[in-house]
Amino acid sequence: MKNVAFGQYYPAESPIHRLDPRAKVILTVLYIVCTFLCKNALSFAGLTLSALLLVLLSRLPIGMVFRSLRPILFIIAFTSIINIFMTKGEHLLTPADWKIQIYAEGLWNALFMVLRITALILGTGIFLTYTTTPIALTDALERLLAPLKKIKVPVHDFAMMMTIALRFIPTLTEETEKIMNAQRARGANFTTGSLVTRAKALIPILIPLFVSAFNRAFDLAAAMECRCYHGDEGRTRLKVLRYRASDLYAVLIMIGFGAAVLLLNHYGAGPVLS
Amino acid sequence: MHVPEGNVERSKKLPEIFIHAEDLCFSYDAEGPDAHPALKGVSLDIQKGEYVAVLGHNGSGKSTFAKLLNLLLEPTSGKLTVAGMDLTSSGIEEKDLLDLRRKVGMVFQNPDNQLVATLVEEDVAFGPENLGVPQSELRKRVDDALNTVDMTSYALQEPHRLSGGQKQRVAIAGILAMQPQCIIFDESTAMLDPNGRQEVLRTVKKLNREQGITILNITHYMNEAAEADRILVINDGKLLLDGTPDEVFAERSVLQEVGLEVPQCTELIHRLRERGISLQGSQISDAEACADMIARAWKAKHGKGGPANG
Repeated sequence: MKNVAFGQYYPAESPIHRLDPRAKVILTVLYIVCTFLCKNALSFAGLTLSALLLVLLSRLPIGMVFRSLRPILFIIAFTSIINIFMTKGEHLLTPADWKIQIYAEGLWNALFMVLRITALILGTGIFLTYTTTPIALTDALERLLAPLKKIKVPVHDFAMMMTIALRFIPTLTEETEKIMNAQRARGANFTTGSLVTRAKALIPILIPLFVSAFNRAFDLAAAMECRCYHGDEGRTRLKVLRYRASDLYAVLIMIGFGAAVLLLNHYGAGPVLS
Repeated sequence: MHVPEGNVERSKKLPEIFIHAEDLCFSYDAEGPDAHPALKGVSLDIQKGEYVAVLGHNGSGKSTFAKLLNLLLEPTSGKLTVAGMDLTSSGIEEKDLLDLRRKVGMVFQNPDNQLVATLVEEDVAFGPENLGVPQSELRKRVDDALNTVDMTSYALQEPHRLSGGQKQRVAIAGILAMQPQCIIFDESTAMLDPNGRQEVLRTVKKLNREQGITILNITHYMNEAAEADRILVINDGKLLLDGTPDEVFAERSVLQEVGLEVPQCTELIHRLRERGISLQGSQISDAEACADMIARAWKAKHGKGGPANG
């Protein structure tokens, strides 16, 4: 239980792992924009290529990366079916008197949507979840969103809450385990019975867990007060994030990719997303 | 940037009062119908650099007393001065409060519930970060603090992977990095195994002896209290006994009346004396000293053929 993997950070030495987390957040946003810029077969080919390149660059196990698509297989299938059957175009593939009609445009659209969603998931996964620790991500978001403090968005407070949540996930997981064992020892049964029975069996776990979580919160609040916590006013940081040249290059390459997609959209031939 | 002031004071051996309480009272529910005072008029002085143990059983008010010292709780009445600051005056601003909490650090009972960050070194840095210590000095403070508690090699570990004793030492380092003058341990060893307890106690002693930090150790372990220079026994919100461990443990019947046991070696001496065996000496809080005492008595009675020391 102590090795509970929160998020799916996969430690490895790769150019993407080494990027500044803030740069990775920016890259993710840019990459998402790029996936939505793609309009025709050529630019989607470019997108597919870029996704494969990212997988290779990140030195993550390829199987693991593609397994991350499993939870969204349903969405992928659903959108393809909708696109295949609902798109009207000029090239009818099925006989004209069939009830269900499929157009070539529909097939292309379905393919494009699959590629777009896949690239979206792979891109965000590679930049954010697989190569960045949750805590680095929190840090990056706090700093990137710092300007919002001017309009009274409590950015620091949210980041602090995130950090504390991350810190306590293993502690609370361990505690849940303990409570479950204690209830099992008293004859509780969590694995058989109908869904309702099983849900009810969780109550004797959740209530002690909540009580203890609140007690922990009170203790932690006192400890933080004793350590002079008073928000982020005048607060310094031990760890300072520094952009390096490689972060700049990565962002420039991504912008270049976006420009390439636009060019391909404009000059490329072949089927177009309708 | 300051040199730990305790050091200077210690070398000069000038007694300087760090905590001064006069008729200190506190109730959790002062206005309520069943106002139940937790402290009923405690008066005492604690000098800079002292190592004081506070004894008392559950609900005696010993933890309440500690929480008043850095204003986690506000005194209901009476007078309390800590580190030259009058805590009962009404004009305490946030700046003063932060300064007080920097000087008077506190380590709590549950090691899990006081670590904030996901890395040991970041947790140690939490206090000084809040104080706005510049980054270059921050690094040094964190390294020094981890070094003092012997946890340097764990700097990049996640706190939940450490043992209880190690977590507690990280918590101490987190306080040390704020360069305090006094550290209060609120039953900090209660949840640790014997090894962890020894680790923490060794660290506490080191801080007191080497850095001159005033220590207040709130505990209900007698053996732990015996290591202090001075013991305060609090019962039912009042100061019951105040003296060196030898003086306090000599009052066995008083302690027993309020539900406290004396250390085993002291108990042995008391029982032997009750049996009419004359034992010379008053160092009854230290196991070694007790053993010596008994050996001397044996030799006096049976001549040279007595059992070997030890």
